[in-house]
Amino acid sequence: MSDILTIKNLRVEGRPPGGAYVPIVKGVSLNVAKGEVLALIGESGSGKSTISLASMGFARPGCRIAGGEIWLNGRDIMKLSPQDRHALRGDEVSYVAQSAAASFNPALRIGKQVIEAPLWHGAGDAATLTATAVDLYRKLDLPNPDSVGEKFPHQVSGGQLQRLMAAMAMSCGPDLLILDEPTTALDVTTQIEVLKAFKDIIRDQGTAAIYVTHDLAVVAQVADRILVLKNGEMVEEGPTAQILHDPQHEYTRMLMDAVRPAPHLVDHVDASAAQAPVISARNITAGYGALTILSDVSVDVPAASVVGVIGESGCGKSTLARVVAGLTPLREGEIRLDGKVAAPSVKDRPRDSLKDCQIVFQMADTALNPRQRIGDILGRPLEFYQGLKGRARVEKVGDLLELVDLPRSFATRFPGELSGGQKQRINLARALAADPKVILCDEVTSALDTVVAAGVIELLKSLKDKLGVAYMFISHDLSTVASFADEVVVLYAGQVVEKGPSKVVFSPPFHPYTKLLLSSVPEMRQGWLEGVADTGEAKAASAGSVVIGAKGCPFANRCTHAIVGTCDVTPPPVRTLPGELEIACHLPIEEMP
Amino acid sequence: MSDATEIATPRASVFAGLRLTWTAVLAGSVLLFWLILALFGPWIAPHGEAEIISGTTFAPIGEGGLLGTDKLGRDVFSRLIYGVRTTLLLALITTVISFAFGVTLGFAAAILKGWFDIVVSRIVEAFMAFPSTLLALVVIGAFGTSITVLVLTVGLVLSTSVFRVSRALGYDIGVMDFVEAARARGEGTWWILTREILPNSMAPLIAEFGLRFTFSILFLSGLSFLGLGVQEPAADWGLMVQENVGGLFLGSSAALIPAACIASLTVSMNLLVDWFQQRQQGETVLEKIDQ
Repeated sequence: MSDILTIKNLRVEGRPPGGAYVPIVKGVSLNVAKGEVLALIGESGSGKSTISLASMGFARPGCRIAGGEIWLNGRDIMKLSPQDRHALRGDEVSYVAQSAAASFNPALRIGKQVIEAPLWHGAGDAATLTATAVDLYRKLDLPNPDSVGEKFPHQVSGGQLQRLMAAMAMSCGPDLLILDEPTTALDVTTQIEVLKAFKDIIRDQGTAAIYVTHDLAVVAQVADRILVLKNGEMVEEGPTAQILHDPQHEYTRMLMDAVRPAPHLVDHVDASAAQAPVISARNITAGYGALTILSDVSVDVPAASVVGVIGESGCGKSTLARVVAGLTPLREGEIRLDGKVAAPSVKDRPRDSLKDCQIVFQMADTALNPRQRIGDILGRPLEFYQGLKGRARVEKVGDLLELVDLPRSFATRFPGELSGGQKQRINLARALAADPKVILCDEVTSALDTVVAAGVIELLKSLKDKLGVAYMFISHDLSTVASFADEVVVLYAGQVVEKGPSKVVFSPPFHPYTKLLLSSVPEMRQGWLEGVADTGEAKAASAGSVVIGAKGCPFANRCTHAIVGTCDVTPPPVRTLPGELEIACHLPIEEMP
Repeated sequence: MSDATEIATPRASVFAGLRLTWTAVLAGSVLLFWLILALFGPWIAPHGEAEIISGTTFAPIGEGGLLGTDKLGRDVFSRLIYGVRTTLLLALITTVISFAFGVTLGFAAAILKGWFDIVVSRIVEAFMAFPSTLLALVVIGAFGTSITVLVLTVGLVLSTSVFRVSRALGYDIGVMDFVEAARARGEGTWWILTREILPNSMAPLIAEFGLRFTFSILFLSGLSFLGLGVQEPAADWGLMVQENVGGLFLGSSAALIPAACIASLTVSMNLLVDWFQQRQQGETVLEKIDQ
């Protein structure tokens, strides 16, 4: 039997606290052969993670495997005793979780954690296992393979940590590797190195793998076969090429459509010059404690337009939103809201000024008070800013709900009774309740499924047309920004590296960093990964990490075009190019990529 | 599918909704029993609180009163019934005082941060550095043994740990996005405290209340045992243990019965708190073992 794993008619049930058991996975069968990568795709709640865990004979707390057979290496592991099942894990099957940062113990050295499982299983003594691990580090293309094991988890970058997580999983030479959204939390530029390392090591060791993700473009790079799931049921299964190019089921087609919205790249609509921009941030410097995150950032948001702010995590995107909202007081610079200078701290701003600029957070769940009904959540800003009370308030709450395409009856519900997409709509409605001139959208779609996110973007667009509200749209997802923004600001290490109308920003010449970002967005084409991972840009980018407060150009240590002696010493000049494009780079314009 | 909303199934009855475990039922019944005795004690008790009913001191169970007599020949059974009032009422008042102080200061420290937090936290830590009984002994020794002094002292001593818990809760919840959203809206400290943070910290605070209540009973009983708590002739369980501890050597159970009552009260309260916490976390201990 060449199948490493065979699952027959798996049923998993789960229950909410205090509730009855409800089926989560409803009779799914699958098999994975040696050296094969099977991708499980589907939206959140489709049961893909639950299935992947069940293939280790494990169910999350509150869940139970209710039926079916799980054959691993010719044994039905559900018939094994819990002790025997425990012995399988980390030996024959291992698991790579979404967040490496949360999976490593911050107090132990990396090397010790990597060899922990094989040591526990008695696969050898520490010295030989460490040697095997170093070999793995080398295969995973980690910098300084001989010494990386001596470091603590916080001393390496996120992408490196995720690769070390793979080393941990591979250290015991498993027959089956389960990868649960291993690159979802990573930036696009980091995602490439990690994907490449995963793919190589799976090929190299001939391991069978289950790859769980919601990102079809990622699947296209790594999977041999794809299994599409919806609500715990199998929708479609087939070879990667067939699912990508010739999906049979309507649901698969819908998923494919929602993946990458087409860039719309409108010609820059000139906002009437007479009208002051709704947000005008000038030379902002801000940070937390001794740390300076933003340095000398200037951004304008014209009325009724969308300004996209893009950049990798840690580049200061969210800080910029918080500074504009007054949650993190700026140290230097000036913010004007609708032409009037705004106080640095939210405490000192008058209500009129607060009303004009509203913020929507990334995590829809935590942004809503779980103990307040939707009616109260939306009603409060109405009362606070407009003094609405009683009947008028109730009416307006209903109107707001309709505005974000939700039924009026939702007013009596608690946030916990809503789905992620619905919660984000409530967050938007709360911002709209203030009747603002501009809304700061901080990664509002990042935590949502592609299909749901596409719906939220559509809503944002229609609200802009209907109400004339402007957005500062912060995102790390370039394709979303490209489909939606009139102007784009590219942030790197707290500095603006490129800024201009989106059409101009997304076409050459580029700042080298913008170029890297654009080329790192996975394409839904098999073989894309191999092509892009070998480019000089990708290699240079994965060699260094983000430095905040660099003396010269912050990107110099990751840039293929860096001029030694200039870029790493002198801050780059801001060049103004035709089409209102600004690029902060030492390179002559004709040499820009 | 993420847009399909899970709607909680309507509960069959109130009791099913509470998801009582047998430990919770047992503990609840015991507490209810003591509560009823506390309310209707004077009508149930066969004798008065300080009434001497027999010339025999330390009479065994069955002779003299139902549960024997104490060192002065008073009815142990009647004094127990009167004692539950004092014990429960004092514990309740001290716990309420400790929460009034602890929660207010703790949340204020978490929201105001800065110097206020530093000053209050250091003072509380200084108080926590003293063994609580010793602290109470000193204060009561200095101000005399009146009920007011007793209640205030115990309340303040207990409030230190309530302060730590509510400060931690306040810090935790204070950085959640919905609190940030309220802050960005321009809401004042009072609104953020009462509408955003307090409702979301109710569950741990209720559990903490149960625990503090238990500690308060033990603490007060301990003080009574040391002769610094409730004074004779009033009946209090801790005091009863202290009064009659000499009888142990004579084979009398007059000290053991109130001690057992204190134990039943604290154990029941703890079981109930455990049940409540497990219910909040979604699973009871028994269900976890079952997996």
